[in-house]
Amino acid sequence: MSRRASSKLVGALLCGIALLFAAPLLWLLTAAFDAEAPLAAAVPGRFTLDNFGQVLNWETSIRPLWNGLLLSGGAAMISVLAAVLCAYPLSRYRLRFRRPFLYTVLFATGLPITAVMVPVYSMFVRFDLVDSMLGTTLFLAATSLPVAIWMTKNFMDGVPISLEEAAWVDGASALQALRSVVLPLIVPGLSVVGIFTFINAWGNFFVPFVLLLDPAKQPAAVGVFAFFGQGGLIAYGQLAAYSILYTAPVIALYLMVSRSLGGAFTLTGAIK
Amino acid sequence: MTAAVPRPDISRRSAAVSRRLLPMAPAVLLLGLFVAGPILWSVYVSFTNAALTGAAATSPEFVGLENFRRLFADPALWHSAWVTVVFTVGSAVIGQNGLGLLIAVLSRNRNRLLRNTVGVAVVSAWVLPELVAAFALYAFLNPEGTLNALLGGLGMEQEWLYSAPLLAVILGNVWRGTAFSMLVYQAALSEVPTELAEAAEVDGAGALRRFWHVTLPMIRRSVLTNLMLVTLQTLGVFTLIYVLTAGGPGDATQTLPLLMYDEAFELDEIGYGATISLVLLAVGALFAVIYARTLREEV
Repeated sequence: MSRRASSKLVGALLCGIALLFAAPLLWLLTAAFDAEAPLAAAVPGRFTLDNFGQVLNWETSIRPLWNGLLLSGGAAMISVLAAVLCAYPLSRYRLRFRRPFLYTVLFATGLPITAVMVPVYSMFVRFDLVDSMLGTTLFLAATSLPVAIWMTKNFMDGVPISLEEAAWVDGASALQALRSVVLPLIVPGLSVVGIFTFINAWGNFFVPFVLLLDPAKQPAAVGVFAFFGQGGLIAYGQLAAYSILYTAPVIALYLMVSRSLGGAFTLTGAIK
Repeated sequence: MTAAVPRPDISRRSAAVSRRLLPMAPAVLLLGLFVAGPILWSVYVSFTNAALTGAAATSPEFVGLENFRRLFADPALWHSAWVTVVFTVGSAVIGQNGLGLLIAVLSRNRNRLLRNTVGVAVVSAWVLPELVAAFALYAFLNPEGTLNALLGGLGMEQEWLYSAPLLAVILGNVWRGTAFSMLVYQAALSEVPTELAEAAEVDGAGALRRFWHVTLPMIRRSVLTNLMLVTLQTLGVFTLIYVLTAGGPGDATQTLPLLMYDEAFELDEIGYGATISLVLLAVGALFAVIYARTLREEV
C-alpha cells in the first residue's frame, strides 16, 4: 500500500472513531432544545428553550447545583491546603519515613473508593454523620488527597531549593519560605490539583448518593438521578437540559486546565 | 550561616523534627479518619451481623467468621467475581488500554485538525459527570435510542440492554474511559524520539514491526502503569452499571460493587456487605501494590 493511501485510511479510521465517541452525546444536545424530545438524537421538531425554563428553579436545579458547589469547592480547597502542607516536608527534608510514606500514598491513589462505601456508611451512621455536608465534604477531600499530595510534591520538587535558602538566610521560617517563595511558583500546578479534585467531586454520584439522604442537601449528581427515577414519567427534554446545566461547569474548568497547561499535563503530573 | 547555629541537644532536636512534621498533620488526620478508618471499620463490621434497620442496626452482635463462611459458599459471589473479571479484562485491559494506544499511535504526526477532533470526541465522554455519561449511554442504547435509529435500515434493532447486557456495559465503559489511556499514551509517545523509528524504517522494517520492536519497548513502563490504573478504576465502576442495568437483567451484569451495594443497602445486611467490600478491597490492594511497586524508583 502506498504511503498516501495508508495515510488516508488512517485518517478515515480516526474520523470513524471520533464519530462513534460523539454519537451517544448528540442526543443530550438535540433533546435539550426539543419541545417533544424523543430518546434518539434528531433535529428538534420544535426548537425551544422551555426545557431549561422548566428545570431552572430553586428546588429542581439551583439548590442541587449550589450544594454541589459547596461540597466540591470545599473538598478542593481542603484537599489543596492539606496537600501543600503535607508535601512540603516530603519535598524538602530528608525524613526517615519519607519513602514508606510516599509509597503508601501512591498505593492509596490506586485503591477503589467504591469498595469502602459500605463501611463508610456504617461508620457515618455510628458517628451520626449521615446527612452531614461537612462530613461528606471531608470524605471527598480525604479520598482525593493521595493524588493531590503526589501531584503537589512533584510540582514542589521542580522548585530549586536554592531559592528558599536565600529566604532562610534572611531569617524566614520554613512556612514563610513556603508561602512567599515556593507557593507563587507552583500556583499553576496547584490550580490543576484543585480543579482536578473539584471535577472529580462534582461528577461523583455514589458518595453523595450513599451519604446524603435529605434532598435539601443533595448535590446535582443525585438530583439528576431523581429525575431519572420517576418511572414512566420521564421528561427527556428536561433531563437533557438539566444534564447540560450540570455538565457546563466541568467542561469550562477542563478547558481552563487543558488550555493553560496542555491536555496531557494533568496526567503526567499525576502518574509520571 | 553555620557559625550561629549551636549544636542542638537531643530533646531540642526531636522538638525541631516534630515542628517540621507538624504541617503534615491535617493530611495524615484526614487520611487516617476517612481512608484508613473505613478500611479498619470494614474489618470490624464484617465480623458482626450489622443491619441497616432494626435491632441489629443499633447493637450489632459479633458473629465471628460467619459472614466469611457464608460469602465463600455463596454462588452469587463467584458469579459476581467472574462477571467482574470479564468486565475488567474486556473493558479496561483490552478495550480502554488497546483502543487508547491505537488512537494515540494513529493520531501521532497527523494534522492538528484531525488530532483535535478525535481528542475532543474521546475526552468529552470522559470529563462528563459519571451520571450524565450513563444517561447519554442509556438513551443511546434504548430500543427507541440513537443506535437503533442508526441501525434501522439494517434490520438489527433490538433491546441492547436485554439482548447483550454485559457487552453493552463493557462497550459503555470503553466509551467512557478510553480517554485516560489515550492521554497517557499520547504523553508517553511524545517523549519517544522519532529518529529510532526512522532508522528502522530505513532498514526496511514495516510499520507494525517498527511499533513492536522500537516504540513499544520504549513506552513499556507507561503500558504497565496504565494497565494497573485502568484495572483499578474499572474494579470500582458502580454508577455506569447501576444506571444502565442495575446489575440485571437477573444478575447478568452484577459486578462485585453492585453485589456489595445490593447486599448492604437493598437487602439491609451491612455486615455481609462490608465482607464483600473487604474482598473487593483485597483485590484492589493487590493491584495497587503491583502498581506502586512498578513506580517505586520514583519515590
